[in-house]
Amino acid sequence: MSNQQAVHDHIRKLVSDNDVVLFMKGNKSMAQCGFSHQVDTILQHLGVDYKDVNVLADVAIRDGIKTFSNWPTIPQLYVKGEFQGGCDIVKEMFQSGELAALLTEKGVPHTKKTAVA
Amino acid sequence: MPMQPQEIETLIRSKFPDALIDIKDLAGDGDHYAAHVVSAAFKGKSRVQQHQMIYDALGGRMGGALHALALTTAVPPE
Repeated sequence: MSNQQAVHDHIRKLVSDNDVVLFMKGNKSMAQCGFSHQVDTILQHLGVDYKDVNVLADVAIRDGIKTFSNWPTIPQLYVKGEFQGGCDIVKEMFQSGELAALLTEKGVPHTKKTAVA
Repeated sequence: MPMQPQEIETLIRSKFPDALIDIKDLAGDGDHYAAHVVSAAFKGKSRVQQHQMIYDALGGRMGGALHALALTTAVPPE
């Protein structure tokens, strides 16, 4: 089994074992990049519990998540095993209320139902 | 290595000849851009797929030579 395959298997397990996973630079509440910080803030605002994966702590995941998702940048958000997008898309989804609706539809507990107008 | 906005536009235009492309240099440093791309090619595609099409047009520069490109995509109105 190639290394990339092993990393992809590891990532697949992470996103299937956890309802919401954010691959980010830094950790929850301690993002080390503005884009990761924005998504962290949105998730915390919605009151959703999520698994943070710090790609800076693991170069194999940092490279592996890009090929796994076919997405060149970090952060990357997964909900129920499905890739949702990076910072730009998550922001758009949050502002339109789609993100909260998606969490509700997928049965992911969160405290805030809508974006602040 | 910073990229010029014209270079970004040319790369996108090569894959999306019909596109309306608006690129803003956010910080004036040639490294942080925002691009809004409107193309009929996005029709029926998810947002993730639309962005992947742009990243594909940029040929691997995104996340490398191009550090930050805030992206929004849309389908032209009928």
